[in-house]
Amino acid sequence: MVAIILIIIVVLLVAWYISAYNGLIRTRTHVQESWSQIDVQLKRRNDLIPNLVSTTKGYANYEQSTLKKVVELRNQLTAVPADDHQQTMEVSNQLSTTLRSLFALSENYPDLKANTQFTQLMEELTNTENKIAYSRQLYNTSVANLTMKIQSFPSNVVANIHHFQASDYLQVPEEEKTAPKVNFDDFGQDK
Amino acid sequence: MLYDQIAMNKRRTGYVMVGFGLLVLAIGAALGDLFWASWQSGIVIAAVVTAIYMAIMISQSTNVVMSMNHAREIKDVTAAPQLWHLVEDMALVAQVPMPRVFIIEDASPNAFATGNDPQHAAVAVTTGLLQRLNREELEGVIGHEMSHVRNYDIRLQTIALALSAAIGLLVSFSHNWFFWGGSRRRDDREGNAGAIGMVISLILIILAPLAASIAQMALSRNREYLADASSVELTRNPQGLIMALRKIDDSEPMKEADPNSSALYISDPFKKKQKFSDLFATHPPIADRIARLEKM
Repeated sequence: MVAIILIIIVVLLVAWYISAYNGLIRTRTHVQESWSQIDVQLKRRNDLIPNLVSTTKGYANYEQSTLKKVVELRNQLTAVPADDHQQTMEVSNQLSTTLRSLFALSENYPDLKANTQFTQLMEELTNTENKIAYSRQLYNTSVANLTMKIQSFPSNVVANIHHFQASDYLQVPEEEKTAPKVNFDDFGQDK
Repeated sequence: MLYDQIAMNKRRTGYVMVGFGLLVLAIGAALGDLFWASWQSGIVIAAVVTAIYMAIMISQSTNVVMSMNHAREIKDVTAAPQLWHLVEDMALVAQVPMPRVFIIEDASPNAFATGNDPQHAAVAVTTGLLQRLNREELEGVIGHEMSHVRNYDIRLQTIALALSAAIGLLVSFSHNWFFWGGSRRRDDREGNAGAIGMVISLILIILAPLAASIAQMALSRNREYLADASSVELTRNPQGLIMALRKIDDSEPMKEADPNSSALYISDPFKKKQKFSDLFATHPPIADRIARLEKM
């Protein structure tokens, strides 16, 4: 009888251990996946920037200094080692800010705004910028999930044995920090 | 809170379906009694017809709803790049698969979402919405629709829509029977039973549309408030949705919308005056929604 109970306890423990381990692996994969989503968008933007340069070539006086800065930052971004997420995002954030000011300045160039190639390119770049911001949001959420599993009992036991490490959150640029706190209390639901 | 909402929506879909099933069986019994003097066969026929109808409706709901509202599907990014990109963005943050995207040729700005679950969802927007709203505002609207998708509001709304359409069908069927086919059977009935059958059938015909509107009421107006809040949670930009709601409010009624689908839209497509009571309105007043968003 005692032997049966012991066997059951051991089986349950092993089952729990396996599911805790798999849960950690799954969460870590989410973090990696959401990073690769950011990476795809960063590459896309890097590919779009030469198009921006060639499209605006005909407009000789179009914000040369800002455009030059964009190209510099782009080259800087490709030089950052692939596994240095923090530095990648830092350069990327600078590039985002510069691009945004370039977009704002384009309001002063009516001919350029009438150019369909340019407006298409603007849509592509805006889309990429938004996707970078949203994938960063997702990345930080999955990092938070992983951190919680690594630190909370009892999954931290498994995490320690297998040396799971928490990833760092990605910094959100200053201008995006003003995001509102959504308060659902005002949105009473009917029962 | 969100998970409560999702669980509640799934549960309510069950209630709506059971309630509707009972109603249909009752109508079947009444028709059977009057037509063939056998309420049992009426029930069987009604059950079979409803089962077939529901199966078709559930598997085809998106296509049915979209064609009722004269929407055409766009298959890739080139037809409407901005719309497509925004739907992609919102699907990404809401963590649901990319839905199908439809456009309705109508100058009035409006939008809705439908489908059985997030894996089989669709969003539709009017050409007026694309023309009048800027990117930020459009993002707020798409965020609102993707919240309906993620919260399973779409399943409840779509099924309630299917049910009220089916009840409408049965009611018009019994109307026709009353005026054209009914007199013969009523004549050779012996007084009492015929009168009772008449009364029951009359009551059902009065009750059925009411039950249909109760089903629509189950889609409470709070759902719209909640989708507004969830939209801001996704976009982190209440201003976009506020400006969008103002523009939608400040426009003419839609021409292409289907009356049964009006509860699906982000704002009442027919701009009915909400005068004497908000009780039967499908949408909360826009001013109220904006006020809640401004408090964020």
